[in-house]
Amino acid sequence: MGLLSKKDTKLITDPLADNNPITIQVLGICSALAITAELKASLVMGVAVLFVLGVGNVVISLMRNIIPSKIRIIVQLIVVASLVIIVDQVLKAFAYELSKTLSVFIGLIITNCIIMGRFEAFALANGPWKSFLDGIGNALGYAVILIIVGFFRELLGSGTLFGIPVLGDSIKKTGLYATGYENNGFMLMPPMALIIVGLIIWVQRSRNKALIED
Amino acid sequence: MSNKTDSNSYTIIFAIIMVVVVGSLLAFTASSLKPNIKENERMEKQQNILYAMGVNENEEGSITFVSTDKVAEIFSTKISEQIVLEVKDGKILKEMNREEFMAANNKKEPYLIDVKKQQTRAKEGKSRFLPLFKGEQEGNLVYVAPIRGSGLWDAIWGYVALDTDMVVKGVFFDHAGETPGLGANIKQRYFMDDFYGEKLLTDAGVFKGITVAKGNNDPLNEDKDDHEVDALAGATITGDGVAAMIKKDLKLYLPYFQNLKNKN
Repeated sequence: MGLLSKKDTKLITDPLADNNPITIQVLGICSALAITAELKASLVMGVAVLFVLGVGNVVISLMRNIIPSKIRIIVQLIVVASLVIIVDQVLKAFAYELSKTLSVFIGLIITNCIIMGRFEAFALANGPWKSFLDGIGNALGYAVILIIVGFFRELLGSGTLFGIPVLGDSIKKTGLYATGYENNGFMLMPPMALIIVGLIIWVQRSRNKALIED
Repeated sequence: MSNKTDSNSYTIIFAIIMVVVVGSLLAFTASSLKPNIKENERMEKQQNILYAMGVNENEEGSITFVSTDKVAEIFSTKISEQIVLEVKDGKILKEMNREEFMAANNKKEPYLIDVKKQQTRAKEGKSRFLPLFKGEQEGNLVYVAPIRGSGLWDAIWGYVALDTDMVVKGVFFDHAGETPGLGANIKQRYFMDDFYGEKLLTDAGVFKGITVAKGNNDPLNEDKDDHEVDALAGATITGDGVAAMIKKDLKLYLPYFQNLKNKN
């Protein structure tokens, strides 16, 4: 047997598709709308959540037998908030440039419902290793959707990917723009993120009928 | 589940221990890292001021500051003078150079003046300090002034380099939490570079400022007399915030530039 048993592998792969936190559980929509106007921001947010959810799940899992059930939500909130603040401070001291990029996301990470959701639904009832895998899996599932949405919004909205023009220069009218093509400014608005997430849900459910609830 | 963790006394004790542990952990991290963070912020201010003046290592489309290991030295050679104006109700009460200001204010460097604190002082009806950094760009004198205002979510701020006629010779904008891909683009080259050459004063010498305008039919920003730059799509409030802080904060310097003119 390898490092991961079949059950463990499922913990990572399930949230990528059939139990995706955004398209199936419909969690974390708020940040998916807010920051997917460009691909770089989507990627940064994905990595940040990966870290916080992986570590946070382990911490909560280790504490699961001593957390008083009456105040467990508050305890979860404190764990995720202090984790994020400490990381932010360390980055500010040793990787200032990176911390400037991340500063916008700090608030969005703490309030991300996926994080609280996994603490509550998984880490409180499972061991640290399993919780770690669950955290990684869900964060990856979240990141995949963010990156897909970010890709389409940035490409169609600004004609760039990672800030690099790929369709020509929209102001000087070169490349594709010479043919009369225009950037769709509406793609940059939050509603378009919701519509793209809707399209992903549609594609996903028409490929796998088992996901359709009646 | 055991009954132990359900009792009130356990819950209260747990909460107390948690607060003490987390509180001291955060306090320890914050205070032990404070010197590093302060130093980083100090270097960032110098980099931003130099950037607005045109001293940077930009390549096509990129934003590259002078590197952190050289910034202190470059700052001291490129900024020939740091001037501090003490103003109240639109009148200059006092003009200080760096040494005078530092002697009167605990050896604080003028470039570290907190614009937010000064804005609060002005609101309370007190006099406020306005820093101005004098340097040269292509043989001409430029003055860099800090500005600060609010965007959609949080504070926005920046530095504007002006020549003696209050024509913009470079800007740098930054923000605390504008939306990535929308308002956050105020710190992109294509937005900041548009400000170069825009005039703050009308031909008659009246302060007009620069408006971040939608649909001004000048996306390449070739018209430098219209007091307008092209807005960012989907970032109306942030753009308005930029225009407002330029108008409000740079107007305070108007008497200084008028004096400068009269002297020549």
